[in-house]
Amino acid sequence: MREDILFASGHTACAGCGQAIAARLVIESAGPNTIIANNTGCLEVFSTKYPESSWGVPWIHSLFENAAAVASGIESALQYLGKKNIQVIAQAGDGGTADIGLQALSGMWERGHNILSICYDNEAYMNTGIQRSSLTPLDSETTTTPVGEKSFGNPTLKKPVAEIALAHGIPYVATASVGFPQDLQKKIKKALSIRGPKYIQIHVPCPLGWRHEPNLTYRIARLAVETGLYPLIEYENGVLSSARKISVVAVEEYLKLQARFKHLLNNEEEIKKIQEIANNNIKRYSLS
Amino acid sequence: MKRFLEGSQAVANSVALCKPGVIAAYPITPQTHIPEELSKLVAEGLLNSEFVNVESEHSAASVVLGSTACGVRSYTATSSQGLLLMGEVLFNIAGLRLPVVLTCANRAVSAPINIWNDQQDSISLRDSGWAQFYVENIQEAVDFHIIAYRLAEDRNIMLPVMVCMDGYILTHGVEVVDMPEQKDVDRFLPAYKPLYKLDIENPLTLGFLADTDYYMETRFAIQKTHQEILDLLPKITHDFRNVFGRDYGEGLIETYRTTDAERVIVAMGSVCGTIKEVVDQLRRKGKKVGLLKVITYRPFPIDKIYEALKNVPKVAVLDRALSLGADAPLYTEIRAIFFGKKRSPKLIRSFIAGLGGRDITLDSIKEIFKKLSLKTTEEEFIDLKPELLKDKV
Repeated sequence: MREDILFASGHTACAGCGQAIAARLVIESAGPNTIIANNTGCLEVFSTKYPESSWGVPWIHSLFENAAAVASGIESALQYLGKKNIQVIAQAGDGGTADIGLQALSGMWERGHNILSICYDNEAYMNTGIQRSSLTPLDSETTTTPVGEKSFGNPTLKKPVAEIALAHGIPYVATASVGFPQDLQKKIKKALSIRGPKYIQIHVPCPLGWRHEPNLTYRIARLAVETGLYPLIEYENGVLSSARKISVVAVEEYLKLQARFKHLLNNEEEIKKIQEIANNNIKRYSLS
Repeated sequence: MKRFLEGSQAVANSVALCKPGVIAAYPITPQTHIPEELSKLVAEGLLNSEFVNVESEHSAASVVLGSTACGVRSYTATSSQGLLLMGEVLFNIAGLRLPVVLTCANRAVSAPINIWNDQQDSISLRDSGWAQFYVENIQEAVDFHIIAYRLAEDRNIMLPVMVCMDGYILTHGVEVVDMPEQKDVDRFLPAYKPLYKLDIENPLTLGFLADTDYYMETRFAIQKTHQEILDLLPKITHDFRNVFGRDYGEGLIETYRTTDAERVIVAMGSVCGTIKEVVDQLRRKGKKVGLLKVITYRPFPIDKIYEALKNVPKVAVLDRALSLGADAPLYTEIRAIFFGKKRSPKLIRSFIAGLGGRDITLDSIKEIFKKLSLKTTEEEFIDLKPELLKDKV
């Protein structure tokens, strides 16, 4: 493996995996002076199957829910060793962040560790077979929120993890998308230039779980942003410092490319609800 | 230097002598006095360490996992529910071969909730890959933490060690303790030099996915290492005696007046002190009784126990924990040692006592010795209150 490659190809991610692209963008922006703690999930599984590893930085995986606490230990050890210049990243999927790992993450934020936490948000438990998480969007079909006579899929809205992070008073919170790689890289670099806890939630399409063509990953990621369903925002010291302006595309354009929403396409009422979510975001963050 | 110390205070000061760079803990009775004392030492500048006040025991174990992986000696302590909440992390620490040292202030497991002492918590984690010591008194608690780091960090071992001390009885009891000198601890316990660590100069991947082609060998390797502990620990306790003057034999078991004994109790932890007292009393009356104390429960020193008990006609095994639905844990393992052996006690009987902090008195121990003379082989709960069992729960 070439020493300057921090996330090597040859891993076993699916074709079109948004998380694999985002993970590479993250570590290439962070650079080699970085230690990563990784929760259990797709990224861990496809990048570190013994005896191979994609990682060109020191990297540790322990369990599903504890990367934030493991990273806290790493950061404390670096403090003890006087190596305060080394960056620490704790990264996880949406389940590892918003559900099972939220307690450890909250502890890490509250204690003020100098750590960047990343959530690769592909909106369900993809590694175990597309079960619903608390970041699964409204009306998305998953294997535990199936569509049926009495169900339009997932009945709840996405948990506002960025707002939960903000409520901890941490100095930097942002959302990003693999569809906007330069914006993503800029945010990683900015986050790492700030001391203290940081949180970045990255929208990453999953062709297998969202049931779209692998070559549409980039387009779908961009449509999520352009519809207003996934606003790209940035908070510095608790104040909204940027929100990416969008051209405002109707949500159907985003939904119709993904079979997880195919049951909605002739259902005006449900689509209206989703358009409402986008409209609220557009208004709240002045996206247009 | 001899000091009059509470067990927790003594253990905290012993841990401080080992200079852990990271300490993480979450409060649970009866462990609390240990991290409190350590945080005080850090606050007063007497101990240079990062003290991390975590939001759960799961994170306490995860923090010391991360810091040890970074090459820094680390420490945590817990009890009961806290140890169980740490459970999956503890298996993980052993699998990652990280030499963490943890104090378990032994306490009963809920429900019903009970803050008092038995050993169900650490016994339930016996299969986690950690070495486990059970100490009899505060002096042993002090000494075995220093021994624990030396053992855990040995490059041929690289496994975590749990020092189990009975909650309240030892954590809140007060004794005159010979506290080791810093210079002696430094001589006995060299600075931690990890075999591998998270290091930007040499970027390793730790915590791989190991599938069917690789997983089994990692478990086999831990099993082999536990065998090596049985050979290494006697050398470490030998060194310990040379530096500190206190003799723990081979550090695996202790026999007390067993040479000609006809009846022996096998036990672990603070109850061994009570048993020694009863043994002395009965010996004065000419009864040939003795005690076998198991210090190291993991790895289980099968050969040493076999040698110590093979000529003893009657053996009582005293468990302060259960394997509900089966025979008691220590009893089961003592029995297994003698299966198929030519020489063996004629009787090995299971006694359960002291669950949820019920006192094990001199009379409780005398009753066990007395009942060992009976013909029955039934499992027996000592000091059970039959009047409470009338109504079915």
